[in-house]
Amino acid sequence: MKKRSFMLLSFMLALSLFLSACGGFQKGNESAGEKGNKAADVPQELHVNIKTEPFSLNPGLANDSVSANVLYQTFEGLTRIKDGKPQLAMAESYEVSKDLKTYTFKLRDAKWSNGDPVTAQDFEYAWKWALDPKNQSQYAYQLYYVKNGQAFNEGKAKAEDVGVKAIDDKTLQVTLENPTPYFLELTAFYTYFPVNSKIAQKNPKWYANAGPDYTSNGPFKMTSWEHNNKIVLEKNENYWDAKNVKLTKIDMVMVNDNNTELSMFNNGELDWAGMPTGQLPTDSLPQLKKEGKLHIQPIASVYMFKFNTEKAPLNNVNIRKALAYAIDRKAIVENVTKGEQIPAMAVVPPTMFPENKKGYFKDNDVKKAKEYLQKGLQELGLKDVKDLPPITLSYNTDDAHAKIAQAVQDMWKKNLGIEVKLENAEWAVYIEKLHSGDYQIGRMGWSGDFNDPINFLELFRDKKGGNNDTNWENPQYKQLLIDSQKETDPEKRKELLKQAEAILMDEMPIAPVYFYTNTWVQKDNLKGVEVSGLGDVQFKWAYFE
Amino acid sequence: MLRYISKRLLYMLMSLFLIVTATFFLMRAAPGGPFSSEKQVPPEIEKNLNEYYGLDRPWYIQYVDYLVSVAKWDFGPSFKYKGQTVNDLINEGFPVSFFLGMESLFIAISVGILLGIIAALNHNKWQDYGAMVFAVLGISVPSFIMASVLQYFLAIKLGWFPVARWESLQHTVLPALALAATPTAFIARLTRSSMLEVLSNDYIRTAKAKGLSRRQITVKHAIRNAILPVVTYLGPLSAQILTGSFVIEKIFGIPGLGSHFVTSITNRDYTTIMGVTVFYSILLLLSVLLVDIAYGFIDPRIKLAGGKKGE
Repeated sequence: MKKRSFMLLSFMLALSLFLSACGGFQKGNESAGEKGNKAADVPQELHVNIKTEPFSLNPGLANDSVSANVLYQTFEGLTRIKDGKPQLAMAESYEVSKDLKTYTFKLRDAKWSNGDPVTAQDFEYAWKWALDPKNQSQYAYQLYYVKNGQAFNEGKAKAEDVGVKAIDDKTLQVTLENPTPYFLELTAFYTYFPVNSKIAQKNPKWYANAGPDYTSNGPFKMTSWEHNNKIVLEKNENYWDAKNVKLTKIDMVMVNDNNTELSMFNNGELDWAGMPTGQLPTDSLPQLKKEGKLHIQPIASVYMFKFNTEKAPLNNVNIRKALAYAIDRKAIVENVTKGEQIPAMAVVPPTMFPENKKGYFKDNDVKKAKEYLQKGLQELGLKDVKDLPPITLSYNTDDAHAKIAQAVQDMWKKNLGIEVKLENAEWAVYIEKLHSGDYQIGRMGWSGDFNDPINFLELFRDKKGGNNDTNWENPQYKQLLIDSQKETDPEKRKELLKQAEAILMDEMPIAPVYFYTNTWVQKDNLKGVEVSGLGDVQFKWAYFE
Repeated sequence: MLRYISKRLLYMLMSLFLIVTATFFLMRAAPGGPFSSEKQVPPEIEKNLNEYYGLDRPWYIQYVDYLVSVAKWDFGPSFKYKGQTVNDLINEGFPVSFFLGMESLFIAISVGILLGIIAALNHNKWQDYGAMVFAVLGISVPSFIMASVLQYFLAIKLGWFPVARWESLQHTVLPALALAATPTAFIARLTRSSMLEVLSNDYIRTAKAKGLSRRQITVKHAIRNAILPVVTYLGPLSAQILTGSFVIEKIFGIPGLGSHFVTSITNRDYTTIMGVTVFYSILLLLSVLLVDIAYGFIDPRIKLAGGKKGE
């Protein structure tokens, strides 16, 4: 009997030790409970999942969507995108020179979250900081549109030469390399956000944690950042447009599991599950759609297969065309990806070129594909498709990509009689193979950073450098893109870009498959969340009814 | 004893050196690098990055630099999380994994031993079968399925616990249960079989003949002997459980060390890979040593090697 109580005692002791060792827990604040209440007293607190720890919450260093989804709530650039159009934000007004190369912005009277005024110097400081090669910003090239931005970043020019200058506290003058018709879209992008230069100069590590040195100028301020666990944003009372911000608090948790995310939503622990901040499990999409809960929005992003145009038989344009035409995109979208994606017979998403919903050729055009195949075989000096050595289709290891690759393998076998081998590699290995040209056909997703077709066309401008990977280059295509950079008339510019896209779709260094969509579920009484065509989210105007 | 321990510590250092070396070279041999992504970084910027992280230097200098910084317990900045060092990641992640691990160890040991003893005392009765059915389930159901099942029933259907995350004590219950399932079952089986063996021994019969009560026999004579195999198993188990489970941490969104162990490799986050590997190795080596030492105390029949010669 004595022994038993001793054992019990030691168990208890051990348990109390664990508990006291980790007393640092916070009380979970459950905002549930009062659900049925009417408008006025609905808690304006939003719970979303951002999946992972952001790379960096310094706008000059961020280069990923997780960081972007936080920064768009906490910071604000000269402009802000609403309903797909840039509207003035930190800038109160602006003037453009005739050649579209010089922008002069007048800043409004805005404050940082600590009460400091937002000045033109803050913009100048932030842009030059991101361009400074010693700060190793991986997104510095977003600022290459600014005059001498690239030269400074490559160490060929001095900071003074960069075309951004604070004329006085409230006037910012920006000189560009080329007339850039989409420059006001760019100024809404996070690399163009200002940084509180007073603090950043004193404390170079200001962005590592939440605290008095982490100041921001957007609708929300970050009050807590538990790495790999949770970010808490609260309404920024110093924000110039604070009267239009209704949410008082945003909890951003980091749960990197799609099934858990949906379960948390179903259990009321999240108000939003799915894109753009998180993701829904693919298997759940048909059911959610049937229940009418699923929200679907097309975004500027394309799924494609890249052809290595220097590897036989893909050096032959007709073979490439045969392969591209023989894909049944509708079947893939309906049976494999299930998220209402749009079959892509063009490369620029319909969010930018609405006419691209139809595209440049017919989906699943087996008849044409066979004709091209015959022509291609002839040109290669082959009698029959059986003489064609098997082609390797590569993808990075992932369930969804594997399913699409298998479907395409089957289509090419059935429609054209071409043998296809599948090969997958883990992401870092895969991307290395693609960049070094060690592949035949490989999948890739590409999304726009800002709302302009150049995002998608520029990719294939130069054979080497950049992210072409296909080894394809076309002088006429290249010239059209260069001309478009200098064209100041938007209609004429669009025409040039369309011509370029037509060349791309005729030469087929890539076979587009589908345009991505964002799919998500949200609380019924949550309104005013702005999901842009690029797939960014802004909670500035969000509220609970 | 002291000699034995110092000898073991020396071996530990040697194994650690081998582990660091092997990891360093295997890691560099893997294709891809920390900055590869679909949006290729312009060459100039990549050059700057390589300079900053010292990746442009010859491998032997990087290797020596690395050994020196490991000796100083400074693993350098993380590639993946700007502004955080690998030491930060370990310092923040390990306590979480440790707490969760301790909780599941506590569940596994107490429930496992209890089940094992009940099964053994009621050999071939329904309690025995019941406990063993539970054990087989615990061993054969993978932890990620166990986790989803627990989430579904205890969180969504019954609403007793939150589905996921790491906030209050309540949040820790489901992941601890999911993590404990397999070791609990394993310990239950171990205890049962060794308990059965012990109960058939002569000294138990003697004790019975002396007229001791059943409880006294079990507690005083049987358990202490039956528990040895469990202690053996505890060494590797605790190292494994305390550094966190990738699967459980992912499913429950727990900011522990286990997730870094896997994601750092996919990210080619060189410094994090090395830091976490070194940390895990030390923990594993230490726990094995502790178990060996604990043996001597529990069972006086076992002598630590290297103590005396010619027995």
